[in-house]
Amino acid sequence: MILPDTPDATGQPTLPPPFSNYILDVAFDEMLGSDGRPRPHYQELYHRLLEMPTEALYQRQQAANTAFLNQGITFTVYGDEEGTERIWPYDPLPRIITSEEWQTIERGLTQRIIALNLFLKDIYHDGRILSDRVVPRWLIYSCKHFRREMRGIHVPHDIYIAVDGTDLVRLPDGRFAVLEDNLRVPSGVSYMLVNRQVLKRTFPSLFGSYGVRSIDHYGQVLLNTLLSLTPTGRSEPVIVLLTPGVYNSAYFEHAFLARQMGIELVEGRDLLVHNNFVYMRTTAGLRRIDVIYRRVDDDYLDPLAFQPDSTLGVPGLLNAYRAGNVALANAIGTGVADDKAIYAYVPAIIRYYLGEEPILPNVETYLLSDETHQKFVLKHLEELVIKEVGESGGYGMLIGPYSTAVQRDAFRQQVILNPRNYIAQPTLAFSRAPCIIDNQIEPRHVDLRPFVLFGEHVTIVPGGLTRVALKRGSLVVNSSQGGGSKDTWVLVGPSVESN
Amino acid sequence: MLSRVADSLYWMSRYLERAEHTARLIDVHLTQMLDYAGGDASLRWHRLLRSLGTSQPTGEVDAYSITRTLTFEEANTSSIVSCIASARENARQVREQISSEMWEQLNRLFLMVKQTNMEQIWHAEPHRFLNSVKENIYLFQGITDATMSHGESWHFIRVGRFLERTIATAALLDTHFSVYLTEQTEYESEPLDYLSWVELLRSCASFEAYCKVYTAAIRPAQIAEFLLLNAEAPRSIRFACAMMQGALQAISKATGARNPGRIERLAGRLRATLDYGQIEEILSGDIHEYLKSLQSQCALIHSGIYQAYIAYPIEVALTSRGAAQA
Repeated sequence: MILPDTPDATGQPTLPPPFSNYILDVAFDEMLGSDGRPRPHYQELYHRLLEMPTEALYQRQQAANTAFLNQGITFTVYGDEEGTERIWPYDPLPRIITSEEWQTIERGLTQRIIALNLFLKDIYHDGRILSDRVVPRWLIYSCKHFRREMRGIHVPHDIYIAVDGTDLVRLPDGRFAVLEDNLRVPSGVSYMLVNRQVLKRTFPSLFGSYGVRSIDHYGQVLLNTLLSLTPTGRSEPVIVLLTPGVYNSAYFEHAFLARQMGIELVEGRDLLVHNNFVYMRTTAGLRRIDVIYRRVDDDYLDPLAFQPDSTLGVPGLLNAYRAGNVALANAIGTGVADDKAIYAYVPAIIRYYLGEEPILPNVETYLLSDETHQKFVLKHLEELVIKEVGESGGYGMLIGPYSTAVQRDAFRQQVILNPRNYIAQPTLAFSRAPCIIDNQIEPRHVDLRPFVLFGEHVTIVPGGLTRVALKRGSLVVNSSQGGGSKDTWVLVGPSVESN
Repeated sequence: MLSRVADSLYWMSRYLERAEHTARLIDVHLTQMLDYAGGDASLRWHRLLRSLGTSQPTGEVDAYSITRTLTFEEANTSSIVSCIASARENARQVREQISSEMWEQLNRLFLMVKQTNMEQIWHAEPHRFLNSVKENIYLFQGITDATMSHGESWHFIRVGRFLERTIATAALLDTHFSVYLTEQTEYESEPLDYLSWVELLRSCASFEAYCKVYTAAIRPAQIAEFLLLNAEAPRSIRFACAMMQGALQAISKATGARNPGRIERLAGRLRATLDYGQIEEILSGDIHEYLKSLQSQCALIHSGIYQAYIAYPIEVALTSRGAAQA
């Protein structure tokens, strides 16, 4: 075993190539401890990398990129004339999670989705949590994703959130915390699955020697989850995936999942509602539909109920839903629970409905509608991250330490004008994982999005999408903002204390 | 399958067949013009434009500008570029339903025509460009047959291809045989010469096949018999209609069609008139009317397909078996 050299004067241990540029600081490093030694579950990968010639690193990366391009696994960048399709940068080195860490994540996310689901049912029915003043009523009613049309509607099997992708980050002390919930139409799961396929081709022997839990059954679990939403009394339910169409940035994923599940990929124009039943138009006549896995936002779902000019939706869908003749995954109006201001209340929501302490902590969050918080935040703008409450995908954000005075002033004015629309969080040094950068190994910030399914039970396929901020020092992992992704391994057994 | 998908596959196929037909006609025509000495060249250009259903230009016609209109003019919806772009757009809408090899081939063809322009192809011999359009479409059809399941989707592709071929060939025959029979029409005063008949055969990619049956003796009645009634030549109308009828039958079987009677009758009748047709009778009657009737029967089949499979009224669908389970 090659031991790292003693730390140099700055406290940074000197590492052998290809790790010469590897930086260790306050952020948690997924692979190395602060002493520069690999963590037990990373030892094998670390040693493989030490032995691997530089060209081999390059070759593996090239092979992986070619695999993506040939399979046409691309996403669309908006704001570009031709709607250019690009491959999403992929880093071939796996991100490894031990089975103990995964158990905590699994328990924490299960607890969270159950509580959030109860919360949604409550606020669209009795509103007990509001009467008990645990969550302020005005905060709910001022949320732009709150749908009053959903008041009193019975949702099949009371499942509002069937599909969830929760973003986790690892804090400097090594604990995982929830950064945000995505309860509307979370995407990225196709990349989780494809990253694994590509990895198995790029590092087959390493993968084989590691004992990694399988994720291939995601499609089947998703199908079972959707089946469990079927309105009662339907013996052979028809399930479809509703996509906005080929121009949507996640179209690849929609087509991929439909194929994995063997269900029809439909657009709004393929569906129609008659007497409160939903049908799709096929060459063999109209077929009644029971469950729609919709990847279209609430706003565009039904022009009669929401955006009247939407051509992506199905006129009359809300009425069919209200009549209980069709199930939607996710339900309409779930966005109220992933509003970033409501996020601050999730620990309280968990305690309220389940009487338990949250297993996964939240990130400290300041509500700008609160006067004391606002004062504090406006004083410390250059240290904090400001986010719009209803946005996702890395849009509508100010990262204090990397912002200019002009940007800060713009945000300050908006915050004062509309404080409900913003929250602030400390700029987090979230964990880093090793990546191949210019034929060297360097650490980059990563997050983790596991995918939670809630049907008859809660199922979380062991893994998730690890997103990487590939630009040095960058904290933004979103694909639209120069981020990439890597495969995520959850190990089978308890990690062996080696050596 | 979804009606929208069937619609896209059908049109993808029709547009490609149209692009191939247009490319072949221009190619043959330009080559034939090299041989032609004397007479009025603009007559022949007008005949070509008529057979393609393109509006006649006013004033002087010249090879360059007509070729440009038929190949690169984006405002002309039946130019080669427009047809290929429409075919690709239809394929893109149903990319998951066709094989990736098909998509790649169509995309390559699209990029090829997009990356060149009229000056370039004229300068480098238009034949090379037109021929490669043709070959790439043949390649696409071959890839389709070799990589796609021969199920309902594939049959819709075939219906599109052969329906388009029937209509286009009938229109082409009409422009030649109207002249032959009357020896004088509102368009042309001279009977057609040898070269014009050869051009017709070549325009149907059938010169060699014709010679194998009838030798190189060029007789209009035999040409008509070959292009209308030959059972084996893939460019004859009878062949195309037989293929179309077979595909429509397969579709009605696959869908357990609620009401296929009408299309089956239309396609079966069309096929039967060709199977049992006599060229002498056809030629002694009004061939212009005959060819017009073939085209209008195809139009009826087209609208029949829409009524049965694609844009059927909801009320009809709800009362029949398709939605009975509701």
